[in-house]
Amino acid sequence: MLMQNAAATDTRPRTAPAPVVALDAITKTFPGVTALSDVSLELHPGEVTALVGENGAGKSTVVKILTGIYRPDHGTIRVNGAPVQFAAAQDASRAGITAIHQETVLFDELTVAENIFIGHAPRTRAGLINTRRMRTRARALLDSIDAEIDVGVRLRDLGIASKHLVAIARALSIDAQVVIMDEPTAALSHKEIQELYALVERLKAQGKAILFISHKFDEIFRIADRYTVFRDGRFVGAGPMAEVTEDALVRMMVGRSVETIFPARARKPGEIVLQVEGYSHPTEFEDISFSLREGEILGFYGLVGAGRSEVMQALFGITRPSRGTARIGGTAATIRAPAQAIRAGIVYVPEDRGTQGAIRGLPIFQNVTLPSLRRTSRHGFLKLAEEFRLAREYTGRLDLRAAALDQALGNLSGGNQQKVVIAKWLATRPRVIILDEPTKGIDIGSKAAVHEFMAELAAEGLAVIMISSEIPEILGMADRAIVMREGRIAAEVAGGDLSPEILVRHAAGITQDAQ
Amino acid sequence: MTALLKSREAILLAAILALLALIAARFPGFVAPSNLVRVFTDTSPLIILALGQMCVILTRCIDLSVAANLALTGMVVAMLNTAAPDLPVAATLAVALALGAVLGAINGVLVWKLDIPPIVVTLGTMTIFRGLIFLLSNGKWINAHEMSASFTGFPRAEILGVPMLAWIAIAAVLLLAVVIARTPLGRAFYAVGGNPHAAVYTGLNVGRTQFFAFMISGALAGLTGYLWVARYSVAYVDIAGGFELEVVAACVIGGISIMGGIGSVGGALLGALFLGVVKNALPVVDISPFWQLAISGSAIIIAVAFNAQSSRGRGRVILRRAEHRT
Repeated sequence: MLMQNAAATDTRPRTAPAPVVALDAITKTFPGVTALSDVSLELHPGEVTALVGENGAGKSTVVKILTGIYRPDHGTIRVNGAPVQFAAAQDASRAGITAIHQETVLFDELTVAENIFIGHAPRTRAGLINTRRMRTRARALLDSIDAEIDVGVRLRDLGIASKHLVAIARALSIDAQVVIMDEPTAALSHKEIQELYALVERLKAQGKAILFISHKFDEIFRIADRYTVFRDGRFVGAGPMAEVTEDALVRMMVGRSVETIFPARARKPGEIVLQVEGYSHPTEFEDISFSLREGEILGFYGLVGAGRSEVMQALFGITRPSRGTARIGGTAATIRAPAQAIRAGIVYVPEDRGTQGAIRGLPIFQNVTLPSLRRTSRHGFLKLAEEFRLAREYTGRLDLRAAALDQALGNLSGGNQQKVVIAKWLATRPRVIILDEPTKGIDIGSKAAVHEFMAELAAEGLAVIMISSEIPEILGMADRAIVMREGRIAAEVAGGDLSPEILVRHAAGITQDAQ
Repeated sequence: MTALLKSREAILLAAILALLALIAARFPGFVAPSNLVRVFTDTSPLIILALGQMCVILTRCIDLSVAANLALTGMVVAMLNTAAPDLPVAATLAVALALGAVLGAINGVLVWKLDIPPIVVTLGTMTIFRGLIFLLSNGKWINAHEMSASFTGFPRAEILGVPMLAWIAIAAVLLLAVVIARTPLGRAFYAVGGNPHAAVYTGLNVGRTQFFAFMISGALAGLTGYLWVARYSVAYVDIAGGFELEVVAACVIGGISIMGGIGSVGGALLGALFLGVVKNALPVVDISPFWQLAISGSAIIIAVAFNAQSSRGRGRVILRRAEHRT
């Protein structure tokens, strides 16, 4: 922890050419959360700046401020030295700032040329779209980045890498000075990544300022000229890449004061309840093996897209593995549908409550009893009194404060919805509970309650799998952690050896001898 | 939510009562008990079909083939009756329900197993069913004199001064109310329509649930097919042509969300009654029946606008709202 904040601030470049865009002391808060606190960021022409930080460090918020989607509460944005305010996304793009997102925001049913020029297509004198000029100019733009894509094909017929190229051509078409690349390589193959690097070099040569957001250290060291590190919405450090080591970057990313208090737990795992052997999937993961004991909390750490959720979804019967076996309590289990998994005693609390967990239109009690209707009905008819009893029992255990159990779930806060979703699963009396990012996007108070509750569940002998991208959560809650990277298990780390550095290293694929 | 639904039904009920009061002010005869029974009986087919349609819409699907199913089943039972005039009514009812259910199950299987959008499936089967009627009947009509007295008499037979057709509608309302509120299947309709992804994670089989909704809708359409043909004592290719839109309209007016997951038996009933009252009142107050279309159309738009208003602001992501604000 050599880099203290004050010292790090001084490493900010003073001698570099004037920045195209500079964020100065930006603060952005959302109800209950401070997403960014007094952060600064400079982007220089002809240079790649890597923005580094854990999940929740505030990277996406910065992107949204730069592209005019959010307005900062305090602080100034300067473009070419002059303070500006972006009232809307169009203002940012007019100022020459453009972002290429993880999932490119383009139109599948339109042609490449139409995508590049949507919103600012060349017009004929009559005001109609000048198709011929549009196609010629699109061709020229694509040629300038060496992209051999037919301007007439529809976007949906292109691969992700080609879509990126189209997005970049679009950025060039509006004469962008700043190109933001938010995890551009997440979905690309090795060859495509090489092509992207070449493209970044060309953009640099054209004098564009590039903000490159990535979790992958090899990429950052390969193409970035400068780095800026954020942690928990604060600026930690910045400087030229040449003057920093992987170790120093990792330490800047994770070195934190432990603000969240995690419940103390007696760790005494019992019998093995779940044994997974050689689980594989044609595209998502390969050769996943692990075991889980009663009363144990097993953390799954990794970058977004490492395949953690996909493994769990296969285990829960949403998808089917191509190979591998799962044994529950010593007997082989065939799980082809979620209903079978629930009967076998495995439940999965999905990450995305809105789309996968909660049914907002249904009352709270009906959400809770939905997977347990077999138990709350007799002769095929539901018994409402029994449903209420079950719902009251489990929401009560989670300390849910709701006025009435028959109000719609959608009326509750995010944290309380999460509690209802967890209560729903507990009511099925599972043996293994899989929690996918259980505290993502909920307020601190609810977070603590969920952690407390996880500890209680484990103490009662339930086996818990916790997928988390938050290092403190893994360190604070898990008895053991499995780190996944690119669909495989990169490491299994037992309690005593757990440290932020180890997790980040394995997740980012930094080899030990690089130390 | 339930309070909101209840109040929405209350509003609809108030609208129907206001309409009746308005008409009664000038034509007191319209609200005489005997006429109200007549109006209810006349609306019964719409009520029964709306109940089935409600199940389908709840699961985020739509069944455009109900009227064609009705016509095909009606034609089949009419032909059966001409071939075997002594077949008891109970058997005819069983055949109508079973055939309707099979036709509905075809829709259901196509939606479930082939994953085709329901609007496309039922648009297709709608045309196929109509075509089948033509093939079966060679385009000929089956008229009153070809049907047996017991066949045509059943829907009109009165108990306590109320025709059997109306009693069947009442029974269907009660039955569906139980299915919807008190069975795992009914609950699954709401869950599947309210959030199909979450339903999958909860261990519900979305396709299978939708299949059963289509089967219920089909069975009720088949039942109505017999009642319709018997009541009007005629069967031909085009009976109940375009009626499926009226059925969907009744559901929408009744507050059943076309996006699935929201609705009630009471809503479907009141939606159908509203259309029934309008339809029967217009000739009485001497307004061209063409106005009926305009009135139903306006009622649909008002109902949908009302639904959209009441569901706004519910369960939105905070950050997304912040995005809009800034």
